Order: sequence, then structure tokens, then C-alpha cells
Amino acid sequence: MDFLIFQVPMLTLQAVLDGLLLGILFALIAYGMALQWGVMNIINIAQGDLVILGGYIAYFMYLYGIHPAWGVIVSPIIMYFVGVIIYKLVINKVVDRDLFISILATFGISILFMQLMNFAFGADVVLANSGYGTTMLFDNSVTLPNSKIFSAFISIVFAIGLVIYMKKSKLGRAIRATAQNARAAKILGVDTEKVYAATFGINAALCGVAGALISITFTIHPYMGLPYTIRSFMIVIVAGLGNLPGVAMSGMGLGVFEEFADYILGTEFRIGSVFLLLVLILVYRRFKLSRKREYLK
Amino acid sequence: MNKNFILYGAILIFGIAAPFIFPAFKVQLSILCILIILAITWNVQGGEMGYNTFGNILFYGLGMYLCASVQVGMFFPLGEWTEGGGEKTFVHTPAQFFQGFAVGLAVAAVVPAIIAGLIGYSILGLRGHYFAICTLGLGVAAGEISGGIEIIGAGQGFTTPPFPNVDRLEARGEFFYFCSFIVLVFTFLAVKAIYSTRFKLVLNAIRDNEDKAEAMGIQTMKYKIIGWMISAFFCGLAGGIMGGLVGYIDSTDVAFDGREMGVFMVLMAILGGKGTLWGPVIGATLFHIFKEGFWTFFLGWQYVALGVLIVVIVIYFPEGIMGWLREKYPERFGEVVDEADRKAQVTLK
Repeated sequence: MDFLIFQVPMLTLQAVLDGLLLGILFALIAYGMALQWGVMNIINIAQGDLVILGGYIAYFMYLYGIHPAWGVIVSPIIMYFVGVIIYKLVINKVVDRDLFISILATFGISILFMQLMNFAFGADVVLANSGYGTTMLFDNSVTLPNSKIFSAFISIVFAIGLVIYMKKSKLGRAIRATAQNARAAKILGVDTEKVYAATFGINAALCGVAGALISITFTIHPYMGLPYTIRSFMIVIVAGLGNLPGVAMSGMGLGVFEEFADYILGTEFRIGSVFLLLVLILVYRRFKLSRKREYLK
Repeated sequence: MNKNFILYGAILIFGIAAPFIFPAFKVQLSILCILIILAITWNVQGGEMGYNTFGNILFYGLGMYLCASVQVGMFFPLGEWTEGGGEKTFVHTPAQFFQGFAVGLAVAAVVPAIIAGLIGYSILGLRGHYFAICTLGLGVAAGEISGGIEIIGAGQGFTTPPFPNVDRLEARGEFFYFCSFIVLVFTFLAVKAIYSTRFKLVLNAIRDNEDKAEAMGIQTMKYKIIGWMISAFFCGLAGGIMGGLVGYIDSTDVAFDGREMGVFMVLMAILGGKGTLWGPVIGATLFHIFKEGFWTFFLGWQYVALGVLIVVIVIYFPEGIMGWLREKYPERFGEVVDEADRKAQVTLK
């Protein structure tokens, strides 16, 4: 390996910029996961599949001649209801049970979604062409597709919007109260069942936005869900629950890491390196905590 | 004791006679044996120790690749074999085939156990869902990485040595069936022997409260690693046989198949009832019958059915069949029930 990437500064810059723009998208998905993990104490393995489903909604709009950027509006609305339905059917039965039960149940949902999407949309890799063109920087040596910039911008808008919504609105306050202490919230008149459903719906809606953006910027495929789940899980455990700036930072860090892994190790090891990084991070944190005779909780 | 003896004898005789009674189902029966082995070994972690792992698939896949690689590499250059794909440039003589398979199985059992021992200290320090996700990541990472390594076939897969031509047409199926059946009996007896010692009590103590177990002076990490190594040993064996049986190894669809095998073993153990000796056996048998029936009649919808099945089992049947039986007939499981106490119980609504 000749590590060309470190010898040419423009390539490094390209990788960093690509990684940052990609990482903002990851952070948006991870934000949804942190939200429902913090509120409902559930790890949703189907997170990535919700993303892909959201992507297919935008892709279908593109197929029917509507500009896929409108998917950013339509997809979260549809996905909100998908999320609420999933909650009503499955998640509400596993909310207060063992975490492993929720992992396994959502794994089942993930397999189900994967195969249903495979039936409905076919096993081809697709993308919705936004036709936004590219921006050239530094004498055409760094190319940035405008769709990536657009998607990063939209992600930031949605993330900030949600933060404000959680702070100001009544539902947002109810969600935060439930996250702090579900029992106390119940006593004080918060309908926690409704709050849980709304939380899962909001999570699914965020996945929908991210999916629509991914279908514009990158490609989607029915079986590509699990890596997104793992990425968002990784971002959340690095940042910690309820640490929003941390989620954004670690998301962008992960994006940059992936771009560099792609250049240095080769594309075939990209997903593998993401999963390996997860293992390494968990093991690192385990050793760090075991010095104080603690463990990851 | 006597009743158990008859039961075990009957199962053993049935197991030996099965390929001759149902000659058409030899491959299915072998796969059933493999599935039972995987469910039993998963139960050592998930059921007895309380460490819900998705990562035993790692050892299964490793065993598969190791067994096939050793079997080829002992006699021919491995790189040229995989480059040739399915073409038969090299042919094993029967003696070479069996010799290679035996050595391959030994390697496939020992190396995963050693690897489990090496990574055990790092990974088993995690608890609960972190352990589950970490092992899930390990399994998928192994699949993705082995799909990029040239010498074991990379993305195009690895064709295991074909069974040598002997006179009897039936020989291949019988050979692999008896291999898997012997390993199954061996696994079952080994796990049964382990469960009757203090080792099982330690594992259960870890499951119930690891901190207290540690405070009682049990070196929990040592026992956890040994438990994982035992699982890895038998998973590797099962993988090695499965590789020979399937005849073709693909990194993500056959070997490190977290989406199928990795979930199956969890599901089978939960369906049968985790934390029991017979639960995984019953669960795997029922699951295999259901799966094959569904796979045959509703081809294409199998993953949809699988997803629904997982959700239904996990939500409505988390205790499994053995757990349900135990609740219904506690006397048969050696629990003392006070009749007056049971009648006095009132279900709250």
C-alpha cells in the first residue's frame, strides 16, 4: 500500500470533506436512535431498515417524476406513521422488558423489512438523481456534489428544528419528562403510552429524512440497513445518551474515518472496518472502565 | 435413572437408524444435527451464563473455512484451488479426502476455541446489550473481512473438496450424517457432563448476579472464558462438517451468516427454553421442521415468515417450551409445590 492519500493534500482534503458531509447524515440517524434509546430504553436494530425504507419513498417520488428533494418532506410524514404502527404492534410489548428481548424483536422486524423491501422494490442498487451538479474547489482538484452539501444542510436544519421542538413544545416536554422518570411522569398525568408512540414515530421520521437524503446522495439497497444501525449505535455509545453536540461530533468523526478506511484499505473492507471499529471502541471503553472496576451500563 | 436410560437408548438407536429409515432426508437430518449442536452451544452462553451472544457464528464460520482450507491445503496449493473456482484441477483420492477432513475438523475445533480464549478477556468484559451488539459486530465484521481475502476465495466463494468416488451412491450422505450425529452425541454428553458439575452453578451465578458472584470469590472471568471456549470448540466442529456438507462456502451467505444461522441458534434455544439441557434440542427440532415446511411450500416468503416468527416467539414465548412446561407441571422438574399455597394465589388484574 502506498498511502497516496497522505502524499496528495487535495485527496486528504477531499476525504475529510466527504467524510464530514457523510457524518452529518450519520449523526441525524444516531440522533433518532439516542432519542428512543434514552426515552424507551430500546435498541432498535431495525433503525437502518427504516432509513432504507425512507430512501425508497424518495426514490419512488423520483420515479414518478417528482423531484426527490420533496422526499425530505413526504418521507418523514409517511415514516412517522410507519413508526407508530410498529410501536403499536411490537414495541409496546417489549418496552419494559429485558433489553435483549427488544434487540431480538427489532432484529425480527429488520429481517421482515429487508425481505419485504426486496419483494416490493427489487434487489437492485438504486439512487434518485437530484440533478444538482457538483461544486469544484481548488482548481477542480476537490469535487463536492451539491447534493451532499444539500443533504448536510437539510440534516442540520432538521436536527436543530427537533432540538427546539423538544425544548419548547408540550410533547417535547412530555418526552423529556418520560425519559427522566417514566413513573413520575405517569403520576403527573403524562400519557406515557402516547409519548412512547410519538417518540418512536419521531425516530422513524428522522430515519425517513435521512433515508431520503441518502437516496439522493448515495445509493440504497434493501440489504444495506444493518450498517446504518451499527453506525448509529456506535455514534451513540461514543457520544453518550443525551449528548447532542457529542452525537454530531462523533458522527462526523465516523464519516471521516470511513472515508479514510475506504482510501487506505479498499472499498471491500469499508463495512468490515466499521463493524471492527465498533468492537474496538467497546473493548477500549470496557478496559478503561474496568480500571475503576466498573462496566458499561 | 432407568427411565432416562431407556429414553437415551431409544434416541440413540433412532439416530443411528434414521438415515436408513428416511433415506431421502439424510441431508436434512444432518443439518438438524448441526442446528441442535449450535442451539446447545448457544445455550451455554445465552441460557446458563446470561450472555446473549450473536457472535458464536464467528466460530462456526471460522471452523468452516479452516476445515476446508486444511483439507485442501494439506495436499494442494490453496491459492490455485480457490482461483480455479469450481473447476476440478485437483482431485482428492479417498484416502486424502478422509485424512484431510479429519485433520481439518481437528483444526476447526481447536483454533476457534483458542481464538475464543484470546478475545474472551476483552469481549466478555462487556455486559448485557453491549455484549450482544459487540458480538453482532464481530460476526458481521468477520464475514465482511473474509469476503475480501483472496486466498480463501474472496467474494466468489470457496468450493470444498468434492466427496471421493466410492462404489456406493449413498455414501456421501451417510458419511456426513454420521459425522454430524457423532459430534451431536459428543456435544450433548459433554454439555450434560458439564451441567452436572459446579461449573454450571458458577455460570448460573454469573447470570443471576455477576457482581455478587465475584464478591463470593468466584473468578467469573475465568469461567466465562472457559464457557465460551467450550462453545467455540463445538461451533467450530459443526461449521467444519457443515462446510463439507454444503460443498460451497460463501463468506456472508454460508459461513458468517449472521442473518440466518446466527439468529437461528438464538431463536432455537429461546423457542425450546433457555437454561435447560433439553430445551435447545426440542427447540431446534421443532424449528427445523417448521422451517423446512415453510421453505418448501412458501419459497421466497421464508424471510418474511422468519421475521414474523422471531417477533412472535420473542414477545409471546420468551420462556420457551420447557419454561411453559415447567410452569404447568412444576413437580416434574423437581420443584416442591405447596398445594395450599398455590390455591391461595390470586391473579391480579
